[in-house]
Amino acid sequence: MTTIGVGHYLTVAAILLVLGIFGIFLNRKNVIIIMMSIELMLLAVNLNLVAFSSALNDLAGQVFALFVLTVAAAEAAIGLAIVVVYFRNRGSIQVEDVNLMKG
Amino acid sequence: MIVTAAFYLFSAILLGSAAAVVTSRNPVHSVLFLILAFFNAAALFLIAGAEFLAMILVIVYVGAVAVLFLFVVMMLDVNFGQLREGYQRYLPVGATVGAVLFGELLLVLGGWQFAPQASALRLSSTPAGVSNTQALGRLIYTDYILLFQIAGLILMVAMIGAIVLTHRERATSRRQDIARQNARQVSDTLEIMPVGFRAGTDVTGIIRPKREPEPVLADEPHSHGVGQPGPGEHG
Repeated sequence: MTTIGVGHYLTVAAILLVLGIFGIFLNRKNVIIIMMSIELMLLAVNLNLVAFSSALNDLAGQVFALFVLTVAAAEAAIGLAIVVVYFRNRGSIQVEDVNLMKG
Repeated sequence: MIVTAAFYLFSAILLGSAAAVVTSRNPVHSVLFLILAFFNAAALFLIAGAEFLAMILVIVYVGAVAVLFLFVVMMLDVNFGQLREGYQRYLPVGATVGAVLFGELLLVLGGWQFAPQASALRLSSTPAGVSNTQALGRLIYTDYILLFQIAGLILMVAMIGAIVLTHRERATSRRQDIARQNARQVSDTLEIMPVGFRAGTDVTGIIRPKREPEPVLADEPHSHGVGQPGPGEHG
């Protein structure tokens, strides 16, 4: 089905995952960019799943990627709702301010 | 050959836009680069033969998730310049962790190979002669029906949770109160009075506001002029 080796896909996905982690470290205060970095990491995981599914001719990988997409969408919706509520209460979205439940 | 070139092109754009997502100064630009990254990932999915997932990625991610990010970024009145403080401070730590992780992943990729019995362990092999969407549909609605339903349940929980979190009661909004409406009696709002035949409103006490008499314009000098005849000339 494809002429691209699975190693190429894995390399691209690895770089993408590392970029996501790097983004989390880089934007430690901005929770929206952190969520975008999480989306990038989930995209890297999906890329791996699809690459293996294509290489092994096994459709289960694509089904699993579909469910990863579902969970990622739900996570984005809930996370952004929490961000909106938090901004309404505190007037900022700084991650370092989120220690209200620290006791 | 052209597939290889396309793969490298899309991969380069994907990685470049992903780097721009995490380093961009403006969060709106970050979201737009995220959309570009999703489009290029969809192209990579297409090259790998996962056509349905590619279209789902474009529809769900670009159409819903990225636009949701864009809404939130534009709706929140946040001083994003303040949020970028400490950018230089976190850069070496992030770069170090990223480099170490990438090195480890490269080590894994270098010494990695398929297990010899891997193709015998397939869960559901790709059927020949049907399109990708059809094959996925056959699989999802039979073998993975329980997981599919659970995925739908997760989406519904997410929807309800988002609504419950962000919904707020405004004091100015007039909402329907069904219990109050049902508890209303006729006697609360209507007064029924016995009215005799030809009694009229004077007897019952219900008097309409009297109509003001029309002002008489007798002193106007032009009232008898060229126009219509006044009330006095009518005779």
